[in-house]
Amino acid sequence: MTGESRSEAFTLRRRPTSEKLVDQGFRQLTFVLAALVAALLAAIFATVLRGAWEAIQTFGWSFLTTSAWDPVNNTYGAFTAIYGTLVSSFLALLLAVPLGVGTAIFITEDLLPLSIRHLIGGMVELLAAIPSVVLGLWAIFVMEPVIRPLLQGLHNSLGWMPLFASVPQGPGMAPAILILVVMILPIITAIARDALQQVPIELRQAAYGVGTTRWGAIFNIILPAAISAITGGVMLALGRAMGETMAVTMIIGNSMTFNLSLLAPANTISSMLANQFGEADGIQVSALMYAALVLMLLTFVVNILAQVVVRRLSLRY
Amino acid sequence: MTPPTASNRFSQDLRAFPRRSLHYNASLGRNILNRCLNLLAGVFASIAVLPLLLVLAYVLLKGGSLIQPSLFSQLPPPPGSEGGGIGNAILGTAIVTALASLVAIPVGVGGGVYLAEFANKGWFSQFVRFGNDVLAGVPSIISGVFVYGAIVSTRIFFGQSYSALAGGLALAVLMLPTLIKTTDEGLRLVSNDLRLGSYGVGASRFVTITRVTLPAALTPIATGTVLAIARAAGETAPLIFTALFSPFWPEGVFNPIATMSVLIFNFAIMPYEPQNQLAWAASFILVLMILVANLLSRWFSTLKNV
Repeated sequence: MTGESRSEAFTLRRRPTSEKLVDQGFRQLTFVLAALVAALLAAIFATVLRGAWEAIQTFGWSFLTTSAWDPVNNTYGAFTAIYGTLVSSFLALLLAVPLGVGTAIFITEDLLPLSIRHLIGGMVELLAAIPSVVLGLWAIFVMEPVIRPLLQGLHNSLGWMPLFASVPQGPGMAPAILILVVMILPIITAIARDALQQVPIELRQAAYGVGTTRWGAIFNIILPAAISAITGGVMLALGRAMGETMAVTMIIGNSMTFNLSLLAPANTISSMLANQFGEADGIQVSALMYAALVLMLLTFVVNILAQVVVRRLSLRY
Repeated sequence: MTPPTASNRFSQDLRAFPRRSLHYNASLGRNILNRCLNLLAGVFASIAVLPLLLVLAYVLLKGGSLIQPSLFSQLPPPPGSEGGGIGNAILGTAIVTALASLVAIPVGVGGGVYLAEFANKGWFSQFVRFGNDVLAGVPSIISGVFVYGAIVSTRIFFGQSYSALAGGLALAVLMLPTLIKTTDEGLRLVSNDLRLGSYGVGASRFVTITRVTLPAALTPIATGTVLAIARAAGETAPLIFTALFSPFWPEGVFNPIATMSVLIFNFAIMPYEPQNQLAWAASFILVLMILVANLLSRWFSTLKNV
C-alpha cells in the first residue's frame, strides 16, 4: 500500500445523499412502527366502543347491575358475568398470593441446595408456558373429578352458608377458581422472587446480627422491603386473572343465571365472550362488546395501578 | 464512696442483663415457629410445583400414547366416530402462527429499535413504553373482539368474514408487546462503545443498527421472539371467533382455518370419547412444541453475547 492511497482513505468524505436518505427513512420507519403501538391501543378501544355503542344507548348503566341475559327478548344485563369475573379473580388471588409468595420465599432462602431451588423456580416458570386451553382440558378430565368429593364434603359440612349452598355437579365457580390459581401462581412467584432477591444482603445480615430468626428477618425486614414490587406483581396477576379465558370457560359451566354459591355453575365476562360471540347477531353482539368494554376498562385500571405502584413505591436502597 | 468506674458500671450492667446462652435452643418458641414456617414454605412450594407435574404427566402419558402417523396425515372424524387425525389443525397452527410472526416481528423489532436507538427521553417514548405495557395487559380475548369488530364483521378482506389472516392478526396483537419490550431492553444492554466505534469508522446510523447493535442484541431478541411465538401458538381465545375452525384442510389465508388450540377447546367439551382423545393428542403436540421452544430459548440465553 502506498502512502498516497492511504491518505486518500482518510479524506473527510461527505456523506452521500443516498446514505442520509436511508438513515432518515429508517428513522421514520421505526418511528411509525413505534407509533403503531399507541395507534393499536386507541384502535382497540375505539372498535370495542363503537361496537358497544348500540347496547350502551339501549341498556345504559343498568347493564352493569341487572342479570337478565335473554337473547329471545333481547334484554341483556351482565351482572352475573361481572360478578363472576370479580369473585373468581379475587378468590383466586386470595389463594395464590400466600402460595406464590411462600414459594418465592422458599426458593430465595437457603433451605435447600441451589440446584433444587433453581429446579423448582424453573418448573413454576414452565407452568406459565402451558397453554390455557391445555390446562382447561386437564381441569375437565383430571382435576374436577378429583376435587368433586372435596367440594361435596364442603357442601355437606358448610351447606348452610349461601356460599356453599348448592350441590357440586361438575363445572362451577370453585374449580374455575382453582385453575385460575394455577394460572396466576407463576406470575406472583416470579415477581415475588425477583423482588426478594433484590433486597440487599446487608439488611438480612444486620437482622441476623441483632439476633433475629430466619422468619423474624423475613417478616420484619425482607418482606416489607420487597412489598411494593410484590404488590405490583399481585396486581398484574389480578389483571391476568380477570382476562383469563379458556381454562375458565371450559370449567366454569357458563350459566347466565345468578347464583351466590361457589359450587354452582357461573360465568365470567371473558368466558361469556368466548362462548357466545361466534353465534351472536344483532344487539347481542353489541351487548357482548359492551361486556368486553367493561372487561377492558377493569384490566386497564388494574394494570395501570400496578405500574403506578411499582414505579412510585419501588425499592430505594 | 468512690464513683463507679467505667469497667465497674459495665460489669453491673452485664449482671442486670438476663444471661442467655449463645447456643441454639431448639425448644425455644421462636425456633419452633421458625421450623414450622420452614415446613410451611416447603409445602407451599410443593403445591406450586404439583400442577405442572400433574399436567405434564397426564398430557405426555395420555396424549403420547395416541401419537401415530395417521394423526398427522388425516382429518378429524365427524363427531362421535373413531379414527382420523388432526393434520389440518397442525398445519393450521403453523400457518396462523407464521402469519402472526410475519406481521408482529417486523413491527415489534422496528418499534423496539426506535425506542432504544432513536427516541430521546421525551413524552413520546415514555408514552409508547407505557402504552406497550398496557397493551401487554390487554386480555387475549379482547384482541379477538377487536379483530372481530375491525376485520371480521366489516369483511374488509375481499368480503371474507372469518379467516386465517384475521386469526393471525389477532395473535400478532398479542405478540407485539413482548417483541417490542425484548428488543428495546436487549438493545439498551448493548454497550455504547460499540455504537461509537461503528460511527468512528464511518458507518451510518442505519448500518450501525443493522450490522452492529442488532446482531449484538440478537440473543435476548431471539429468546423473546421464540417465547412469543410459542405463546401465540398456544393461544385460543383470540382465534375462536376470528379464525374460527374448519374440519377441512386449510384453504388459503382468507378462509376459516383449523388450529390445534381451538380443536382442543371444541373437542374437549364434546361428549364423545374419540374427540376427547384427539384433544389430548393435540395437547401433547402443543405442549411438546412449547417445551422445545422454552428449552431453545434457555439455550439461546446461555450463548455468549458479543
